[in-house]
Amino acid sequence: MRRFLINQAKGLVDHSRRQHHHKSPSFLSPQPRPLASSPPALSRFFSSTSEMSASDSTSSLPVTLDSINPKVLKCEYAVRGEIVNIAQKLQEDLKTNKDAYPFDEIIYCNIGNPQSLGQLPIKFFREVLALCDHASLLDESETHGLFSTDSIDRAWRILDHIPGRATGAYSHSQGIKGLRDVIAAGIEARDGFPADPNDIFLTDGASPAVHMMMQLLLSSEKDGILCPIPQYPLYSASIALHGGSLVPYYLDEATGWGLEISDLKKQLEEARSKGISVRALVVINPGNPTGQVLAEENQRDIVNFCKQEGLVLLADEVYQENVYVPDKKFHSFKKVARSLGYGEKDISLVSFQSVSKGYYGECGKRGGYMEVTGFTSDVREQIYKMASVNLCSNISGQILASLVMSPPKPGDDSYDSYMAERDGILSSMAKRAKTLEDALNSLEGVTCNRAEGAMYLFPRINLPQKAIEAAEAEKTAPDAFYCKRLLNATGVVVVPGSGFGQVPGTWHFRCTILPQEDKIPAIVNRLTDFHKSFMDEFRN
Amino acid sequence: MALKALDYDTLNENVKKCQYAVRGELYLRASELQKEGKKIIFTNVGNPHALGQKPLTFPRQVVALCQAPFLLDDPNVGMLFPADAIARAKHYLSLTSGGLGAYSDSRGLPGVRKEVAEFIQRRDGYPSDPELIFLTDGASKGVMQILNCVIRGDGDGILVPVPQYPLYSATISLLGGTLVPYYLDESENWGLDVNNLRQSVAQARSQGITVRAMVIINPGNPTGQCLSEANLREILKYCYNEKLVLLGDEVYQQNIYQDERPFISSKKVLMDMGSPFSNGVQLVSFHTVSKGYWGECGQRGGYFEMTNLPPRVVEEIYKVASIALSPNVSAQIFMGLMVSPPKPGDISYDQFARESKGILESLRRRARIMTDGFNSCKNVVCNFTEGAMYSFPQIRLPPGAIQAAKQAGKVPDVFYCLKLLEATGISTVPGSGFGQKEGVFHLRTTILPAEEEMPEIMDSFKKFNDEFMSQYDNNVGYSRM
Repeated sequence: MRRFLINQAKGLVDHSRRQHHHKSPSFLSPQPRPLASSPPALSRFFSSTSEMSASDSTSSLPVTLDSINPKVLKCEYAVRGEIVNIAQKLQEDLKTNKDAYPFDEIIYCNIGNPQSLGQLPIKFFREVLALCDHASLLDESETHGLFSTDSIDRAWRILDHIPGRATGAYSHSQGIKGLRDVIAAGIEARDGFPADPNDIFLTDGASPAVHMMMQLLLSSEKDGILCPIPQYPLYSASIALHGGSLVPYYLDEATGWGLEISDLKKQLEEARSKGISVRALVVINPGNPTGQVLAEENQRDIVNFCKQEGLVLLADEVYQENVYVPDKKFHSFKKVARSLGYGEKDISLVSFQSVSKGYYGECGKRGGYMEVTGFTSDVREQIYKMASVNLCSNISGQILASLVMSPPKPGDDSYDSYMAERDGILSSMAKRAKTLEDALNSLEGVTCNRAEGAMYLFPRINLPQKAIEAAEAEKTAPDAFYCKRLLNATGVVVVPGSGFGQVPGTWHFRCTILPQEDKIPAIVNRLTDFHKSFMDEFRN
Repeated sequence: MALKALDYDTLNENVKKCQYAVRGELYLRASELQKEGKKIIFTNVGNPHALGQKPLTFPRQVVALCQAPFLLDDPNVGMLFPADAIARAKHYLSLTSGGLGAYSDSRGLPGVRKEVAEFIQRRDGYPSDPELIFLTDGASKGVMQILNCVIRGDGDGILVPVPQYPLYSATISLLGGTLVPYYLDESENWGLDVNNLRQSVAQARSQGITVRAMVIINPGNPTGQCLSEANLREILKYCYNEKLVLLGDEVYQQNIYQDERPFISSKKVLMDMGSPFSNGVQLVSFHTVSKGYWGECGQRGGYFEMTNLPPRVVEEIYKVASIALSPNVSAQIFMGLMVSPPKPGDISYDQFARESKGILESLRRRARIMTDGFNSCKNVVCNFTEGAMYSFPQIRLPPGAIQAAKQAGKVPDVFYCLKLLEATGISTVPGSGFGQKEGVFHLRTTILPAEEEMPEIMDSFKKFNDEFMSQYDNNVGYSRM
C-alpha cells in the first residue's frame, strides 16, 4: 500500500512538474513519460481504493503497471478522461443526494454522442436496419402495416447483396460488395468524380480505419505524422500506440482556426532536420474541436503541398454533413484533388467517413469506412491483409453506412419525412451552435470562434493569474481546474483544451452543441453565473 | 520529381511480416473461381450462417425491436413479435442511454456486463466482477487489446499452441513480439504435454526472450481438443511457477461433441485450486457471440474477463478501450441475450430450445461424419473433432506430390488444397496457415456445411484425394501443374 501511495505522489509531482516546465500535453513533448509515474489526470484509481491490495505492488506478477507496453502508458485520450470520471461519480451521488448540488442533472457536453442527449435516429434508416436484422418480417403481411414501403424495398435490395440473406455471417473483409457499390455511387454523386468500390474498406466506425493507416505508416519514432493542433486526440493516441512521432502544425485561432501552408512547411522542415521521416498529413474537415470548414482554395494548397512533399493525405471528413454557415460548403479532398487533375498515380489520399455524426448521429452502431486511393497494388494487398485479421466489420454498421451514402430520394415514400427529420436536426444544431457561441462570447475574458461545422465550440478563456496559481496549487492544469469548477457548479461536463493541444499559455475547453434546445437556456444561465463568480473570485 | 508517399518498401515491416491464412491465398483463389461461376463450398472460416445455419429467432426479434423502438409504440406490434421479445427489448433499451445509436461506456453497457458476470457465476460457481469484464467488437479485438498491453517489443515472447488460430501469430507479428510455439501432440488427440511447454520456454529463454504469456484455445482451433481438468490444473500451476499470464480463448465453450471432457473454464479450475494460485495467476478469458450455436459472426460481439490484474493495469486497458469510444451496442445486446437466454416458462422458450438443440445435435453428428469420412480416405488420418467447429485431417503427401509442389513454387499443403479447390470447389485452409510439425501436412475445414450436403462433400473429397494419391504415389519426380 505504501509503495502505491509513494508512486501516486510521485505521479502527481511529475505531472505538476510537466505543467510548470512543459505547458503542452505529453503528446507534444519530446520525452516519453517515465514508466513509474502515471498521470493522475488519467488515474481512475480514486474510485477503487478498496480494491488496492498487495497485488499492485507485487512485482512477481508478470503484468503490472511497470511491465506493460510503454506505448500504452504514453497514450492519452482526454475525451473520456478524468473530468468524465468525476462527473460519473457526481451523477451516482445525485441519485441519493439531490439537495447537495446546485443542479439536478449532469449534462455531458464532453463527447459527440447526439443520441445520448435526446436526438432521435432517422426513422427510415432504423426501419431498414430492423428488417435486415429480422428478415423473416419481410415474409409477414402485417409488416406492411408497420413499415414504410420504401424501407421494405430497400431491405430487400440490401439482403439481395448478401448470400443467403445471412446478416449474421462474416462478410468480405472490405465489407459487402453490393454495399460498397452503393457507397461508391454515393461518393460519385457527391463529388462528381468516380469512386471504385474496391477502394472502400468498411470499418467499425472511422477510428479503426485511422488505426490501420497509422499501423501501416509508422515503423518507429523516426516516422512522423503532421497533425493539426488542436486535434481530436484519436490521432495523438494512435500515433503513440503505434510508436510514431506526432509533428504538430498550429491552426490559427485569430483567423478562425485557419491553416497556413507556410506553417505546415516550417513544421515539416523542422521535423525532417531532426531526422524524422514525415509520412502523412492529417486534416480534419470540418474541424474537431475547432469547427472550421476549410475554404476550397486552402484545400487546393493542402493537396499541392502533399503532392510536392510526398505525403499521404489523411482526410478525416466525418463531419461532412455538419456545416452551419451559408458562406462555407463541404468539399471532399478527393473532389479537390481530382479537380486539380490529380489521379490515382499523383496523390495518395485516404478519406474517412462515419455514421456517428452528420444528422444521423449513430455512434453506437459503429459504422464507417475509408476510401483509399493512390496506392500501388502491393500496398493495397497489405491493407486488405490487415483488415482480414479482424475478418470484417459489423454488418449492421455496414448497412447503415450504405444508407447514409444513399438516403431517400425525391419521390420515395419516406422522402418527405426523412427530409423533415434531417433539416430539423441540422437547423437545430446550427441554432444551438449560434446560441452557445454568443453566450460564450458574452463572458468576461472569453472569446469563441464560430462553429462553422462539426459539433463543438472551443472557446478560449483568458484565465487570470490568480486562477492559474490556484490551479497549480491543486496540481491541476489551469484549464482542467476551470472545467472541474464548472462541473461542480453547473453539472456541465466539458473537456479541457489541453486534451486537444493548444498554443502554450492559452487555455480552452471543448463543449458540444448537442444538448436538446430546451436545455440550452438553463445551460447558458448556469454557465454565465458560474463564470461571473469564478472571475469574481480570481480576477486580478 | 514528386516524392513517393507510401510504397511497399517503406511500409511498417511488422505489417509485411504478419500472415493470416484464413483469408489468404486459398480464399482469394476460391473467390476468383466463384466470380468465374464455379460453385464454391467455403469451409475456410467458422462462419455458420454463411453455410445455411439460421439465426436463432428470439435474439433477432429483440434486436429488431431495439433498432426500431417506435415499433414498441405501435398497437399492432404484438402481431409480429411475442410478448417476451417485446419485454426484453424494453429491458435492453432501458440499459442504454439513448438506444443503439449512442456510444455506451467504453467497457460496454454496465447492465450487460452485469448479466455476463451473472452467467459466469452460474457457470463456474464463483463470483465474477462486472468491472473486470470488458465487451469488445468481437473477441479478436479483445485479444489484440490484451496482447498490445503485454508485448513491449521483440524481447517479449508469447507461448502459442501449434497448430493455432492465426489471429495469435498475426497479432504478435503486428505488435512486434515473438511467438514461442509449443507443440500439441497429434498422436495424443492433440493433447497438451507440459514437457513440451517446458522445452519451448527453455529454448526461448536461452535466446534471451522473456516469456510473458501463454495462450490456450479450449476447445482448440483448428484441432478441436477439449482440455481435461487435470491438464488445466497443470497449465495453471505452470503459469504460476513461470510467472506467465494465461490467455484463455474459450470462444468454442458451447461446441462440445463428446461427453468425456465437458467444458470447464480456466477460471473455475483456477478458483478451485485455491491460494496461492487463485490469487496469484493472472488470467484473461475470452468469449464471443460468433460461435456456439448462435454463430452470429457478423454482429462482432465478444468480451474478456480479467482475473488478478492490478487495478492500475485495468485502468490502462480501459484507457485504450476509450480511444475506440465503445463497442457496437447491437452486439452488446446479443451478448446479453446469449448469457441470459429464454428460460423454461417463457413464451419463446420452446422454440429457442428446439432451435438451439437442433443446431448442437447436428454439429455433433457432422463432427462424426467428417472425421469418419476423412479417415476412410487414402493417406488421410483425422483426429476426432471433440469440440469447436473444425476438422484438421493429416494428409500424408507422397514424395511425388511434395516434389510437384516444390516445382510449382508452393508449400506442399497449399499445393494440395489448391488442387482440391479446383477439382471440387471445396475451399479449405492449408495446415501451414496454423503451424504444424516440419514435414507433416494438414488442412483445416469446418464441420459447418449443411448436414444433408455432407455425404456428397465427403464423397467429392474422397474421390479427389484418392485420385491425387494414386497420381503422385506412382510419379516420383514427375510433376504436373
